[in-house]
Amino acid sequence: MAGDHNAFITEATIEGDDEGPLSGTTVAVKDNISTEGIRTTCGSEMLADYVPPYSATVVDRLTDAGATVVGKANMDEFGMGTTTETSAFGPTRNPADPERVPGGSSGGSAAAVAAGEADLALGSDTGGSVRCPAAFCGVVGIKPTYGLVSRYGLVAYANSLEQIGPIAGTVEEAAAALDVIAGPDPHDGTTRDLADVEGADPDASYAAAADGDVDGLTIGVPTELFEGADERVVETVEAAISDLEDRGAETTEISLPSVEHAVQAYYVIAMAEASSNLARFDGVRYGNRADSDGNWNESFAETREEGFGAEVKRRILLGTYALSAGYHDKYYEKAQDARAWVRQDFEEAFADVDVIASPTMPVLPFELGESLDDPLRMYLADANTTPVNLANLPAISVPAGEADGLPVGLQLVGPKFDEETVIRAASAVEEK
Amino acid sequence: MSDTSDSTGDAGAEAEGDASADADASAVDAEEVRHVAELARVRLADDEVETFAAQFGDILDYFEALDEVPETEREEELVNVMRPDEVEAGLTQEEALSNAEQTDDGYFVGPKVS
Repeated sequence: MAGDHNAFITEATIEGDDEGPLSGTTVAVKDNISTEGIRTTCGSEMLADYVPPYSATVVDRLTDAGATVVGKANMDEFGMGTTTETSAFGPTRNPADPERVPGGSSGGSAAAVAAGEADLALGSDTGGSVRCPAAFCGVVGIKPTYGLVSRYGLVAYANSLEQIGPIAGTVEEAAAALDVIAGPDPHDGTTRDLADVEGADPDASYAAAADGDVDGLTIGVPTELFEGADERVVETVEAAISDLEDRGAETTEISLPSVEHAVQAYYVIAMAEASSNLARFDGVRYGNRADSDGNWNESFAETREEGFGAEVKRRILLGTYALSAGYHDKYYEKAQDARAWVRQDFEEAFADVDVIASPTMPVLPFELGESLDDPLRMYLADANTTPVNLANLPAISVPAGEADGLPVGLQLVGPKFDEETVIRAASAVEEK
Repeated sequence: MSDTSDSTGDAGAEAEGDASADADASAVDAEEVRHVAELARVRLADDEVETFAAQFGDILDYFEALDEVPETEREEELVNVMRPDEVEAGLTQEEALSNAEQTDDGYFVGPKVS
């Protein structure tokens, strides 16, 4: 049962409508996505008893389409982690190898799908949090273009970077879930109506794009995203890419020099936004409040000492530092320059290629406990996923094969709002 | 970092803020961690302060590489998204207060001000 991998924080059911494209499908929802009447903890002691009075738009869309929610999936606290070990509800184990982490931060979502405890899952991806666990657990995860999927009801970590995305056993199933959750939402002003987006297809059917046809597709292979990766990962990913060549795709080596700075830029921006977003947790309107005799400021500080785990404190403090007088220009401004540079690099690359392929994660799944005391080492594992969030692009992680018996993910990145092309390419990887 | 080392006056403190006047620009001491924690309203235990000081040093050292990023033109495609100013259904007062630790007669009750 679910307890084996600790994939769920709360097991609870929201019945879906009788009819719809997802009727009969079960879905695990990451525990930072609001579910009316069902506690939504964000993997944090702070919100251990928080029961949202409304559901996120994506949850309503899934249940309207016939899917039944079966539980709230474990996650790194507030999405801050790459292993799901920072959860206040204990780590999730990787169904592919229970001694290893499932990746993160949406580790419970990916593990639930990999273990067959749900057909589908929702995760959120701020710097790789859907794609990383999909890669580590051997399932498919999609990070949509920024603005394709509503974030209404998602507890914010870093608004300018994050998107909700589906996780499933196959590309087609993940794409079918994306068909249901995508589209403008008046409650999220950053969502776009594809009819208003130049070059986008407003009638896109993502599930139909999973046709495996890569004949004539041009795949860019950036050297920077292979350098430094584990050799076993590189071999597995290269074999999957050469299989795509056999199916009629063309590959060409490209260079994205800016991505060397992506992890630095990502962490500065994400921590800065987190320090602001998480200021709301003061124990007054929601969340646990410390028993304190102190004044307003002391009570807040004690509430936040008790409610937040070490990684969340680390990011709030570093974000506060990076935004403070004397350091703002040195860290935050430079990170925004790096973000613009990454975006330009991808734009130039997409003038010549249709998709960009790389390992999703440069490493095999960590052993439990391996990276917990070394935050910087954990951050560096996000080298290949963070550039995509900085550039607001769509990406997918699809199983490329195994190395030493462990799953390896191939990441495919496409131009803005061209989810169909990355889905098509990924479906061909699956067919080998 | 290396591409700016030929500039003159590297012996003196550059205008990086007083905290980084030291040659090791990103070393963080316990005092600084405490200061930032106070700004962020997060109380820390003493051993947490020590651990964070060491970890922040490593992480900020790594962030130093942002110095190599060229100034880049940022063409933001940002527009305001508006809706008509009409009353819409929202949470009821009861729903809005349902997760508060302490309420009184329809109000949130916070900690004492002083």
